Amino acid sequence: MIRDLLIISIGAILINNFVLVQFLGICPFLGVSKKVETAAGMGMAVIFVMLCASALTWVVQKYLLEPFHIEYLQTIAFILVIAVLVQLVEMFLQKSVPSLYNSLGVYLPLITTNCAVLGVAIQNITKFGFSEMSFLKSLTYGTSAAIGFTLAIVLFAGVRERLEGADIPSFLKGMPIVLITAALLSIAFLGFSGLSFQ
Amino acid sequence: MKQSVWKTFFNGLLKENPTLVLFLGMCPTLAVTTGVTNAIGMGLSTTAVLICSNIVISLLRNFIPNKIRIAAYIVVIAGFVTVVEMLMNAYLPALAGSLGIYIPLIVVNCIILGRAEAFASKNTVLSSAFDGAGMGLGFTGALVLISSVREILGAGSFAGIPLFGPTFQPVTIMILPPGAFLTLGVLLAIINIISNKRKQAKEDVQHDS
Repeated sequence: MIRDLLIISIGAILINNFVLVQFLGICPFLGVSKKVETAAGMGMAVIFVMLCASALTWVVQKYLLEPFHIEYLQTIAFILVIAVLVQLVEMFLQKSVPSLYNSLGVYLPLITTNCAVLGVAIQNITKFGFSEMSFLKSLTYGTSAAIGFTLAIVLFAGVRERLEGADIPSFLKGMPIVLITAALLSIAFLGFSGLSFQ
Repeated sequence: MKQSVWKTFFNGLLKENPTLVLFLGMCPTLAVTTGVTNAIGMGLSTTAVLICSNIVISLLRNFIPNKIRIAAYIVVIAGFVTVVEMLMNAYLPALAGSLGIYIPLIVVNCIILGRAEAFASKNTVLSSAFDGAGMGLGFTGALVLISSVREILGAGSFAGIPLFGPTFQPVTIMILPPGAFLTLGVLLAIINIISNKRKQAKEDVQHDS
Protein backbone atom coordinates (compact mmCIF):
# COMPACT_ATOMS: atom_id res chain seq x y z
CA MET A 1 0.00 0.00 0.00
CA ILE A 2 2.73 2.43 0.99
CA ARG A 3 4.62 1.24 -2.06
CA ASP A 4 1.65 2.21 -4.25
CA LEU A 5 1.50 5.66 -2.75
CA LEU A 6 5.25 6.11 -3.14
CA ILE A 7 5.08 5.14 -6.81
CA ILE A 8 2.25 7.62 -7.39
CA SER A 9 4.21 10.30 -5.60
CA ILE A 10 7.50 9.85 -7.47
CA GLY A 11 5.60 9.53 -10.74
CA ALA A 12 3.84 12.84 -10.22
CA ILE A 13 6.91 14.74 -8.99
CA LEU A 14 9.56 13.56 -11.44
CA ILE A 15 8.33 11.38 -14.29
CA ASN A 16 5.11 13.15 -15.22
CA ASN A 17 6.05 16.54 -13.83
CA PHE A 18 2.96 18.73 -14.05
CA VAL A 19 4.64 21.75 -15.57
CA LEU A 20 7.43 20.41 -17.71
CA VAL A 21 5.87 17.22 -19.04
CA GLN A 22 2.08 17.71 -18.85
CA PHE A 23 2.01 21.48 -19.42
CA LEU A 24 -0.41 22.23 -16.61
CA GLY A 25 0.12 25.50 -14.76
CA ILE A 26 2.29 27.14 -17.40
CA CYS A 27 0.92 30.65 -16.78
CA PRO A 28 2.23 30.99 -13.20
CA PHE A 29 5.33 29.04 -14.22
CA LEU A 30 6.25 31.72 -16.75
CA GLY A 31 4.66 34.62 -14.87
CA VAL A 32 5.92 34.36 -11.28
CA SER A 33 9.36 32.84 -11.78
CA LYS A 34 11.51 35.96 -11.85
CA LYS A 35 12.76 35.52 -8.27
CA VAL A 36 13.37 32.37 -6.23
CA GLU A 37 11.52 33.77 -3.21
CA THR A 38 8.30 34.60 -5.03
CA ALA A 39 8.49 31.29 -6.88
CA ALA A 40 8.77 29.43 -3.58
CA GLY A 41 5.81 31.44 -2.18
CA MET A 42 3.68 30.53 -5.18
CA GLY A 43 4.73 26.90 -4.82
CA MET A 44 3.68 26.79 -1.15
CA ALA A 45 0.29 28.32 -1.97
CA VAL A 46 -0.24 25.77 -4.75
CA ILE A 47 0.68 22.81 -2.51
CA PHE A 48 -1.84 23.98 0.10
CA VAL A 49 -4.68 24.60 -2.36
CA MET A 50 -4.09 21.42 -4.37
CA LEU A 51 -4.18 19.27 -1.22
CA CYS A 52 -7.51 20.84 -0.15
CA ALA A 53 -8.89 20.73 -3.70
CA SER A 54 -8.05 17.04 -4.12
CA ALA A 55 -9.91 16.17 -0.93
CA LEU A 56 -12.90 18.40 -1.60
CA THR A 57 -13.49 17.50 -5.26
CA TRP A 58 -13.29 13.81 -4.38
CA VAL A 59 -16.05 14.29 -1.81
CA VAL A 60 -18.15 16.34 -4.25
CA GLN A 61 -17.80 13.71 -6.96
CA LYS A 62 -18.52 10.77 -4.64
CA TYR A 63 -21.41 12.16 -2.59
CA LEU A 64 -22.98 14.71 -4.93
CA LEU A 65 -22.34 13.99 -8.59
CA GLU A 66 -22.36 10.17 -8.51
CA PRO A 67 -25.55 9.55 -6.48
CA PHE A 68 -27.58 11.98 -8.61
CA HIS A 69 -25.99 10.83 -11.91
CA ILE A 70 -24.98 14.31 -12.90
CA GLU A 71 -21.35 13.52 -13.72
CA TYR A 72 -21.61 15.69 -16.83
CA LEU A 73 -21.67 18.74 -14.56
CA GLN A 74 -18.19 17.79 -13.30
CA THR A 75 -16.37 20.71 -14.94
CA ILE A 76 -18.81 23.33 -13.63
CA ALA A 77 -18.96 21.81 -10.15
CA PHE A 78 -15.18 21.48 -9.82
CA ILE A 79 -14.33 24.98 -11.01
CA LEU A 80 -16.87 26.44 -8.57
CA VAL A 81 -15.51 24.31 -5.72
CA ILE A 82 -11.99 25.49 -6.50
CA ALA A 83 -13.00 29.16 -6.75
CA VAL A 84 -14.87 28.99 -3.43
CA LEU A 85 -12.04 27.04 -1.81
CA VAL A 86 -9.42 29.61 -2.83
CA GLN A 87 -11.63 32.39 -1.47
CA LEU A 88 -12.17 30.54 1.82
CA VAL A 89 -8.50 29.69 2.22
CA GLU A 90 -7.67 33.33 1.67
CA MET A 91 -10.17 34.51 4.28
CA PHE A 92 -9.12 31.82 6.78
CA LEU A 93 -5.44 32.60 6.45
CA GLN A 94 -6.05 36.33 6.72
CA LYS A 95 -7.83 35.87 10.06
CA SER A 96 -5.88 33.09 11.71
CA VAL A 97 -2.40 32.83 10.20
CA PRO A 98 -1.63 36.39 9.11
CA SER A 99 2.10 35.72 8.74
CA LEU A 100 1.46 32.99 6.17
CA TYR A 101 -1.20 35.15 4.52
CA ASN A 102 1.23 38.02 4.12
CA SER A 103 3.84 35.85 2.52
CA LEU A 104 1.40 34.14 0.12
CA GLY A 105 -0.80 37.23 -0.29
CA VAL A 106 -0.97 38.09 -3.96
CA TYR A 107 -0.56 34.54 -5.22
CA LEU A 108 -3.67 33.09 -3.64
CA PRO A 109 -6.32 34.62 -5.96
CA LEU A 110 -4.18 33.76 -8.99
CA ILE A 111 -4.50 30.07 -8.20
CA THR A 112 -8.17 29.89 -9.27
CA THR A 113 -7.10 30.18 -12.89
CA ASN A 114 -4.15 27.84 -12.45
CA CYS A 115 -5.13 24.97 -14.71
CA ALA A 116 -3.03 22.57 -12.63
CA VAL A 117 -5.63 22.63 -9.84
CA LEU A 118 -8.59 21.76 -12.06
CA GLY A 119 -6.33 19.33 -13.92
CA VAL A 120 -5.39 17.43 -10.78
CA ALA A 121 -9.02 17.25 -9.65
CA ILE A 122 -10.17 15.73 -12.94
CA GLN A 123 -7.19 13.38 -13.18
CA ASN A 124 -7.83 12.09 -9.65
CA ILE A 125 -11.29 10.95 -10.68
CA THR A 126 -10.29 9.42 -14.02
CA LYS A 127 -7.14 7.76 -12.66
CA PHE A 128 -8.19 6.30 -9.34
CA GLY A 129 -11.99 6.01 -9.53
CA PHE A 130 -13.60 5.06 -6.23
CA SER A 131 -11.78 2.00 -5.02
CA GLU A 132 -11.22 1.82 -1.26
CA MET A 133 -7.82 3.47 -1.45
CA SER A 134 -8.78 6.16 -3.91
CA PHE A 135 -9.17 8.97 -1.38
CA LEU A 136 -5.64 8.49 -0.04
CA LYS A 137 -4.31 8.07 -3.56
CA SER A 138 -6.00 11.29 -4.66
CA LEU A 139 -4.51 13.20 -1.74
CA THR A 140 -1.05 11.78 -2.50
CA TYR A 141 -1.34 12.56 -6.20
CA GLY A 142 -2.55 16.12 -5.56
CA THR A 143 0.19 16.91 -3.07
CA SER A 144 2.92 15.31 -5.16
CA ALA A 145 1.79 17.12 -8.30
CA ALA A 146 2.00 20.40 -6.40
CA ILE A 147 5.45 19.50 -5.04
CA GLY A 148 6.51 18.78 -8.63
CA PHE A 149 5.19 22.19 -9.64
CA THR A 150 7.13 23.85 -6.81
CA LEU A 151 10.31 21.99 -7.69
CA ALA A 152 10.06 23.04 -11.34
CA ILE A 153 9.22 26.69 -10.66
CA VAL A 154 11.96 27.13 -8.02
CA LEU A 155 14.62 25.54 -10.26
CA PHE A 156 13.44 27.69 -13.14
CA ALA A 157 13.52 30.87 -11.06
CA GLY A 158 17.09 30.04 -10.08
CA VAL A 159 18.09 29.85 -13.74
CA ARG A 160 16.22 33.05 -14.57
CA GLU A 161 18.00 34.96 -11.81
CA ARG A 162 21.29 34.03 -13.45
CA LEU A 163 19.96 35.14 -16.84
CA GLU A 164 19.35 38.66 -15.53
CA GLY A 165 23.03 39.55 -15.77
CA ALA A 166 23.75 37.61 -18.96
CA ASP A 167 24.47 39.31 -22.25
CA ILE A 168 21.62 38.11 -24.46
CA PRO A 169 21.10 39.06 -28.15
CA SER A 170 18.32 41.66 -28.32
CA PHE A 171 15.90 39.51 -30.32
CA LEU A 172 16.03 36.77 -27.68
CA LYS A 173 15.31 39.12 -24.77
CA GLY A 174 12.14 38.56 -22.80
CA MET A 175 9.90 35.63 -23.65
CA PRO A 176 12.05 33.74 -26.23
CA ILE A 177 15.01 33.12 -23.91
CA VAL A 178 12.65 32.19 -21.08
CA LEU A 179 10.96 29.56 -23.26
CA ILE A 180 14.26 28.18 -24.52
CA THR A 181 15.48 27.89 -20.91
CA ALA A 182 12.27 26.03 -20.07
CA ALA A 183 12.97 23.68 -22.99
CA LEU A 184 16.40 22.82 -21.54
CA LEU A 185 14.90 22.23 -18.10
CA SER A 186 12.25 20.05 -19.69
CA ILE A 187 14.94 17.98 -21.43
CA ALA A 188 16.52 17.40 -18.03
CA PHE A 189 13.21 16.14 -16.63
CA LEU A 190 12.77 13.92 -19.68
CA GLY A 191 15.67 11.90 -18.27
CA PHE A 192 13.41 10.67 -15.46
CA SER A 193 11.09 8.96 -17.92
CA GLY A 194 13.56 6.07 -17.91
CA LEU A 195 12.65 5.31 -14.29
CA SER A 196 10.45 2.26 -13.89
CA PHE A 197 9.20 0.23 -10.94
CA GLN A 198 9.21 -3.44 -11.74
CA MET B 1 -20.15 50.64 -37.76
CA LYS B 2 -19.41 47.82 -40.12
CA GLN B 3 -15.80 48.90 -40.45
CA SER B 4 -15.21 48.95 -36.72
CA VAL B 5 -16.57 45.40 -36.37
CA TRP B 6 -14.06 44.09 -38.90
CA LYS B 7 -11.36 46.09 -37.21
CA THR B 8 -12.15 44.28 -33.93
CA PHE B 9 -12.00 40.97 -35.81
CA PHE B 10 -8.58 41.57 -37.36
CA ASN B 11 -7.27 43.05 -34.14
CA GLY B 12 -7.55 39.63 -32.47
CA LEU B 13 -6.21 37.83 -35.51
CA LEU B 14 -2.90 39.67 -35.82
CA LYS B 15 -2.14 42.81 -33.85
CA GLU B 16 -3.25 41.47 -30.49
CA ASN B 17 -2.86 37.79 -31.25
CA PRO B 18 -3.64 36.15 -27.89
CA THR B 19 -0.88 33.54 -28.09
CA LEU B 20 2.02 35.17 -29.90
CA VAL B 21 1.62 38.76 -28.66
CA LEU B 22 -0.29 38.63 -25.36
CA PHE B 23 1.02 35.21 -24.16
CA LEU B 24 -2.40 34.06 -22.96
CA GLY B 25 -3.56 30.46 -22.90
CA MET B 26 -0.09 28.97 -22.86
CA CYS B 27 -1.06 25.55 -21.44
CA PRO B 28 -3.11 24.30 -24.41
CA THR B 29 -0.71 26.04 -26.79
CA LEU B 30 2.16 23.93 -25.59
CA ALA B 31 0.29 20.75 -24.74
CA VAL B 32 -1.83 19.93 -27.79
CA THR B 33 0.49 21.08 -30.57
CA THR B 34 2.03 17.65 -31.17
CA GLY B 35 -0.01 17.33 -34.37
CA VAL B 36 -1.88 19.64 -36.73
CA THR B 37 -5.18 17.74 -36.32
CA ASN B 38 -5.10 18.18 -32.54
CA ALA B 39 -4.25 21.85 -32.91
CA ILE B 40 -7.18 22.54 -35.25
CA GLY B 41 -9.55 20.62 -32.98
CA MET B 42 -8.42 22.52 -29.90
CA GLY B 43 -8.40 25.88 -31.70
CA LEU B 44 -11.89 25.52 -33.13
CA SER B 45 -13.44 24.27 -29.90
CA THR B 46 -11.89 27.18 -28.02
CA THR B 47 -13.18 29.55 -30.72
CA ALA B 48 -16.70 28.13 -30.39
CA VAL B 49 -16.65 28.56 -26.59
CA LEU B 50 -15.19 32.04 -26.93
CA ILE B 51 -17.84 33.29 -29.38
CA CYS B 52 -20.74 31.80 -27.38
CA SER B 53 -19.51 33.04 -24.01
CA ASN B 54 -18.75 36.50 -25.41
CA ILE B 55 -22.30 36.75 -26.82
CA VAL B 56 -23.98 35.59 -23.60
CA ILE B 57 -21.83 37.75 -21.33
CA SER B 58 -22.38 40.75 -23.55
CA LEU B 59 -26.17 40.16 -23.42
CA LEU B 60 -26.04 39.88 -19.63
CA ARG B 61 -23.59 42.73 -19.08
CA ASN B 62 -26.21 45.02 -17.56
CA PHE B 63 -27.63 42.34 -15.24
CA ILE B 64 -24.56 40.76 -13.68
CA PRO B 65 -23.68 42.49 -10.38
CA ASN B 66 -20.16 43.83 -10.43
CA LYS B 67 -19.05 42.02 -7.28
CA ILE B 68 -19.73 38.48 -8.47
CA ARG B 69 -18.97 39.03 -12.13
CA ILE B 70 -15.94 36.72 -12.30
CA ALA B 71 -17.89 33.81 -10.78
CA ALA B 72 -20.77 34.48 -13.17
CA TYR B 73 -18.42 34.52 -16.18
CA ILE B 74 -16.81 31.25 -15.09
CA VAL B 75 -20.20 29.53 -14.81
CA VAL B 76 -21.20 30.71 -18.31
CA ILE B 77 -17.87 29.57 -19.75
CA ALA B 78 -17.97 26.21 -17.94
CA GLY B 79 -21.47 25.61 -19.30
CA PHE B 80 -20.35 26.07 -22.89
CA VAL B 81 -17.24 23.98 -22.34
CA THR B 82 -19.43 21.13 -21.08
CA VAL B 83 -21.58 21.42 -24.22
CA VAL B 84 -18.51 21.30 -26.46
CA GLU B 85 -17.12 18.35 -24.50
CA MET B 86 -20.33 16.35 -24.85
CA LEU B 87 -20.66 17.14 -28.58
CA MET B 88 -17.06 16.12 -29.16
CA ASN B 89 -17.44 12.85 -27.24
CA ALA B 90 -20.51 12.07 -29.35
CA TYR B 91 -19.31 12.99 -32.83
CA LEU B 92 -15.49 13.07 -32.74
CA PRO B 93 -14.50 10.41 -30.19
CA ALA B 94 -10.99 9.97 -31.64
CA LEU B 95 -10.18 13.67 -31.32
CA ALA B 96 -11.76 13.78 -27.87
CA GLY B 97 -9.50 10.89 -26.86
CA SER B 98 -6.31 12.56 -28.02
CA LEU B 99 -7.15 15.98 -26.51
CA GLY B 100 -8.21 14.26 -23.28
CA ILE B 101 -8.04 16.39 -20.16
CA TYR B 102 -7.33 19.56 -22.13
CA ILE B 103 -10.99 19.86 -23.25
CA PRO B 104 -12.42 20.47 -19.75
CA LEU B 105 -9.40 22.68 -19.12
CA ILE B 106 -10.67 25.16 -21.76
CA VAL B 107 -12.58 26.60 -18.77
CA VAL B 108 -9.37 27.94 -17.25
CA ASN B 109 -7.95 29.17 -20.56
CA CYS B 110 -7.13 32.78 -19.68
CA ILE B 111 -8.00 34.02 -23.18
CA ILE B 112 -11.71 33.35 -22.63
CA LEU B 113 -12.00 34.89 -19.17
CA GLY B 114 -9.74 37.71 -20.31
CA ARG B 115 -11.96 38.61 -23.27
CA ALA B 116 -15.10 38.35 -21.13
CA GLU B 117 -13.67 40.81 -18.63
CA ALA B 118 -11.87 43.14 -21.03
CA PHE B 119 -14.24 43.22 -24.00
CA ALA B 120 -17.62 41.45 -23.78
CA SER B 121 -18.59 43.09 -20.49
CA LYS B 122 -18.25 46.54 -22.06
CA ASN B 123 -19.32 46.17 -25.70
CA THR B 124 -22.35 45.36 -27.85
CA VAL B 125 -23.33 41.82 -28.76
CA LEU B 126 -22.27 42.08 -32.39
CA SER B 127 -18.79 43.43 -31.75
CA SER B 128 -18.29 40.95 -28.88
CA ALA B 129 -19.11 38.08 -31.24
CA PHE B 130 -16.62 39.39 -33.78
CA ASP B 131 -14.01 39.89 -31.08
CA GLY B 132 -14.52 36.28 -29.97
CA ALA B 133 -14.18 35.04 -33.54
CA GLY B 134 -11.04 37.09 -34.18
CA MET B 135 -9.35 36.07 -30.94
CA GLY B 136 -10.37 32.44 -31.40
CA LEU B 137 -9.08 32.25 -34.96
CA GLY B 138 -5.89 34.06 -33.96
CA PHE B 139 -5.40 31.39 -31.28
CA THR B 140 -6.17 28.63 -33.82
CA GLY B 141 -3.72 30.12 -36.31
CA ALA B 142 -0.95 30.24 -33.74
CA LEU B 143 -1.64 26.64 -32.70
CA VAL B 144 -1.57 25.46 -36.32
CA LEU B 145 1.70 27.32 -36.94
CA ILE B 146 3.41 25.77 -33.90
CA SER B 147 2.02 22.30 -34.52
CA SER B 148 3.05 22.25 -38.19
CA VAL B 149 6.65 23.01 -37.24
CA ARG B 150 6.55 20.34 -34.53
CA GLU B 151 4.81 17.67 -36.58
CA ILE B 152 6.88 18.17 -39.75
CA LEU B 153 10.19 18.04 -37.87
CA GLY B 154 9.20 15.58 -35.18
CA ALA B 155 7.15 13.04 -37.10
CA GLY B 156 7.84 13.89 -40.76
CA SER B 157 4.15 14.31 -41.51
CA PHE B 158 1.48 17.00 -41.85
CA ALA B 159 -1.96 16.31 -40.34
CA GLY B 160 -1.08 12.60 -40.34
CA ILE B 161 0.03 12.47 -44.00
CA PRO B 162 3.69 11.38 -44.34
CA LEU B 163 5.76 13.91 -46.25
CA PHE B 164 9.27 12.61 -46.73
CA GLY B 165 9.05 8.87 -47.33
CA PRO B 166 10.46 6.04 -45.22
CA THR B 167 14.11 7.18 -45.16
CA PHE B 168 13.32 10.32 -43.10
CA GLN B 169 14.80 10.30 -39.61
CA PRO B 170 12.36 12.27 -37.41
CA VAL B 171 13.70 14.68 -34.76
CA THR B 172 11.70 12.99 -32.02
CA ILE B 173 12.49 15.68 -29.44
CA MET B 174 10.21 18.08 -31.32
CA ILE B 175 7.04 16.15 -30.48
CA LEU B 176 8.22 15.51 -26.92
CA PRO B 177 7.52 18.20 -24.29
CA PRO B 178 10.82 20.15 -24.72
CA GLY B 179 10.04 20.64 -28.42
CA ALA B 180 6.97 22.69 -27.50
CA PHE B 181 8.98 25.21 -25.46
CA LEU B 182 11.74 25.30 -28.07
CA THR B 183 9.41 25.87 -31.06
CA LEU B 184 7.48 28.65 -29.36
CA GLY B 185 10.71 30.29 -28.15
CA VAL B 186 12.27 30.28 -31.62
CA LEU B 187 9.02 31.51 -33.24
CA LEU B 188 8.84 34.43 -30.81
CA ALA B 189 12.50 35.24 -31.50
CA ILE B 190 11.76 35.34 -35.27
CA ILE B 191 8.77 37.61 -34.66
CA ASN B 192 11.03 39.86 -32.57
CA ILE B 193 13.59 40.10 -35.40
CA ILE B 194 10.88 41.01 -37.94
CA SER B 195 9.23 43.63 -35.74
CA ASN B 196 12.63 45.15 -34.84
CA LYS B 197 13.51 45.44 -38.54
CA ARG B 198 10.15 47.07 -39.27
CA LYS B 199 10.63 49.57 -36.46
CA GLN B 200 14.10 50.34 -37.79
CA ALA B 201 12.74 50.88 -41.31
CA LYS B 202 10.02 53.20 -40.01
CA GLU B 203 12.57 55.27 -38.08
CA ASP B 204 14.81 55.51 -41.15
CA VAL B 205 11.91 56.81 -43.24
CA GLN B 206 11.17 59.44 -40.60
CA HIS B 207 14.80 60.54 -40.55
CA ASP B 208 14.91 60.88 -44.34
CA SER B 209 11.80 62.98 -44.66
